[in-house]
Amino acid sequence: MYGFLIAVGVLLLLSIIWMVYRIQTLVSVVKGSDKKIATGSNKINAFMFVIFLIGGGILMFWYSIKEFDNYNLPVASEHGVVTDQLFWITMAVTGIVFIITHILLFWFPYKYQYKETRKADFYPDNNKLELIWTTVPAVVLALLVIGGWKAWSDITAPAPEKSHVVEIMGYQFAWEVRYPGLDNVLGEHDYRLISASNVSGVDFTDKNAFDDFTSPVVVIPKGEPVLFKIRARDVLHSVFAPHMRLKMDAVPGMPTRFWFTPTKTTEEMRAELNDPEFVYEIACTEICGRGHFSMKKEIRVVEPEEFRKWLSEQKPYIVNNPSLVADLPSELKELADITISEYK
Amino acid sequence: MATANVATHSTDAHDHHDHEHHDNFITKYIFTQDHKMIGKQFLVTGIFWAIIGGLLSLVFRLQLGFPDMELEWLRPILGGWITPDGKLDPEFYLALVTMHGTIMVFFVLTAGLSGTFSNFLIPLQIGARDMASGFMNMLSYWFFFLSSVIMFISLFIETGPASGGWVVYPPLSALEQAMPGSGLGMTLWLIAMTCFIASSLLGGINYITTVINLRTKGMSFSRLPLTIWAFFLTAVIGLLSFPVLFSAALLLVFDRSFGTSFYLSDIYIGGEALPNTGGSPVLYQHLFWFLGHPEVYIVLLPALGITSEIIATNSRKPIFGYKAMIISMLGITILSFVVWAHHMFVSGLNPFLGSIFMFLTLIIAIPSAVKVFNYLTTLWRGNLIFTPGMLFSIGLVSFFISGGLTGIFLGNSAIDIQLHDTYFVVAHFHLVMGSASFFGLMAGVYHWFPKMFGRMMDARLGYIHFWATFIGVYLVFFPMHYIGIAGFPRRYYSWTGFEFSNMYTDLNMFVSVAAILTFGAQLIFLFNFFYSMYRGRVASLNPWRSNTLEWTTPLHPGHGNWPGEIPAVYRWPYDYSKPGASEDFIPQTVPLSATPESNLPHEQELVKLEKQIIADEEADLVADESKES
Repeated sequence: MYGFLIAVGVLLLLSIIWMVYRIQTLVSVVKGSDKKIATGSNKINAFMFVIFLIGGGILMFWYSIKEFDNYNLPVASEHGVVTDQLFWITMAVTGIVFIITHILLFWFPYKYQYKETRKADFYPDNNKLELIWTTVPAVVLALLVIGGWKAWSDITAPAPEKSHVVEIMGYQFAWEVRYPGLDNVLGEHDYRLISASNVSGVDFTDKNAFDDFTSPVVVIPKGEPVLFKIRARDVLHSVFAPHMRLKMDAVPGMPTRFWFTPTKTTEEMRAELNDPEFVYEIACTEICGRGHFSMKKEIRVVEPEEFRKWLSEQKPYIVNNPSLVADLPSELKELADITISEYK
Repeated sequence: MATANVATHSTDAHDHHDHEHHDNFITKYIFTQDHKMIGKQFLVTGIFWAIIGGLLSLVFRLQLGFPDMELEWLRPILGGWITPDGKLDPEFYLALVTMHGTIMVFFVLTAGLSGTFSNFLIPLQIGARDMASGFMNMLSYWFFFLSSVIMFISLFIETGPASGGWVVYPPLSALEQAMPGSGLGMTLWLIAMTCFIASSLLGGINYITTVINLRTKGMSFSRLPLTIWAFFLTAVIGLLSFPVLFSAALLLVFDRSFGTSFYLSDIYIGGEALPNTGGSPVLYQHLFWFLGHPEVYIVLLPALGITSEIIATNSRKPIFGYKAMIISMLGITILSFVVWAHHMFVSGLNPFLGSIFMFLTLIIAIPSAVKVFNYLTTLWRGNLIFTPGMLFSIGLVSFFISGGLTGIFLGNSAIDIQLHDTYFVVAHFHLVMGSASFFGLMAGVYHWFPKMFGRMMDARLGYIHFWATFIGVYLVFFPMHYIGIAGFPRRYYSWTGFEFSNMYTDLNMFVSVAAILTFGAQLIFLFNFFYSMYRGRVASLNPWRSNTLEWTTPLHPGHGNWPGEIPAVYRWPYDYSKPGASEDFIPQTVPLSATPESNLPHEQELVKLEKQIIADEEADLVADESKES
């Protein structure tokens, strides 16, 4: 019944629109306005541009100011402060250009709308002007690029020696975290060794792997450089830690990396935002299938002392699951057993 | 092949009537070789795809704006893609965004825009009877049609269409185990795109040859309308970059079906380790973006060309900096080939390469800026008539500025780290490439409708359509900048799973409502388009009082365009409001010798030369005729 009523309503509405349309067409034919070069609509359209300029401008400024704290994510890494600064400098430069060009673009239509009595200026070119607006953007852009290039070079420079290494491996649809343990060297891995009990495919014939351990949360110290070694085991993923201003694709067959220095612990951020629930997160930003939107991992930034304490409490893979090293050659097995006994 | 030989030399046109052939329905409307009809075929197919592509976006906007909405009512159309609890299936959501992108970029804004107007306008504006090869032109459309059919079928198969994003990065798109859309749907995608590439190449070769060889007498390159320059350069870009997409697709086919490892390495999926080693997924990204980035300009340049023409005509003023415009377009054409890796700053690319591509990318912003300033100066002190075409052109310039400026953020690799693959990118390219090109398409349709169908579209409906769409597009895409700065990743089915993105539900709802209304406003256009085709006011021969050649043809030009001789061209196309002239426009066909009152000093010099040429031509004609008799 409702469907029927809606259909009748829509039909009525359409026929009314149709009538109006026909009537205004006929009226314009009678008035002969279709013979004119510019009708009254010209004035309305010209005016609309000004309305749009003012209305749109007000809306933009109002919303940008009102929502600033919402869309401006707090930053918690050293390089993030730099890139944020670049972002806002670029915003200022482009914002000025945006506003000036739009004022001209929408004001000219109003100012120079058609008048039968006037003739347009025949002004086909001016090389001096062209030269000015080629060089000025070139110089401004060059400055922006140089700023960006410096930041980019610093960010992508090799990680400091003493960086804490964390391996993050993406798979459908989660992240697996591996720590190198006390030696700060990750053991070799091979995708053919992956199994239910060895998610990362760690190669335990490499002694460096003996103290490697996993963690459900990425725990890192504040104020010390951290190196994410990133890989994927099935399709492309991308590690995105928005508060750290960090993003790097995880590519099967090609390890990638990203190093950074966190500047605020989770607790500090909670206090700053007055949000006791706050956590740093990692999300996936490279389409990877059904669960793309749910690849979440928590990052917990702690004070360095707390980090060292946490580190010493962690149990390597082989301690939690000695069967991982059960098939090793006797020599290595002995070493592994020693490691296991050290942790007991 | 009457058209082929008459097109080669204008003096042969006398014979044209003897060769006039009467088309039947099939040769006139279906397997036609007339560039005008082929252009219309591309346009109608493009409109069909635009509706499909738009509807797909509405479905995923419903999901994003109203995540809790009961979508049971879509079951009659989407069937199993609606989960038992009345929600959109997450995999189908990915299929929707993938197909929306593919359809809009390739089928609407490449074929629908470039295909329509390059075909329709090149012969008409350069003064040719038809394309260099009418047959290849016909093939071009039918390859596109075949591609469309295959892509359309892929929407209905059980495992769904390709779902790996419109970029279809492997390994996701290479492995059926990764997602169901990478099965048959992806195969069909690859076949469809292969046909599409063939279509683009056939069209592109034709456009280039036609522009180089078939210009009428006097139509030197420095007198070509900017539309033709744009179409010409677009075709060059397409010709050089589409084959690279084909190679990317071909290698992907090998990886998918023949066990090669071009893109695959070290993969453990579905509980087993695959044998592939040594491949690189990044290789695909390089190959893809080697087309993918020029593709942006394939989409954009025709729109800019159309805009240049329409803004000049309706400002009653020459386009400012004709040469600068051409140089900018040339610059964009060349630079478009050396910026592709800015899509890959965080793909694991060597950071040094990242720096190089950042520099190159920001260089391409300069010619774009020059174009904008030239448009603004063209409007300055003009005598502006706001036809719907003009409104859409001004709208295009606005989008080009808004979207172009955000490109400066994204082209800066340091800033891109945070913004890459967030809604900031979505906002950026939907404005600068999507909406700007769409507005170019609309401007072109409104402007050349009288030439296409001999009737006028209703201007008032055009105004309503423009304002609804212009405001609508900004309401849809402007808020996405905020969402993007906040870090919302794209291609997300839902953002509520993360603390940082568990907000802006109101803004997303607003965007979705705006998207639905903006789509609704396109119905006004559809009505106007199809109604005016049959019942619109009959157009005058030159309704916009324009200078270019197409307006010298009859109201319904036959196959061959001009009934008599092809008109010769004596001046550039932008003699609007020339001081001294009685009218505010002087068509290209008016000799300089006929307008002594308005000639500039250097043109007065040319008059002598022109008179000499005309005299020689007449002598030739007399000689020809006496030979014949």
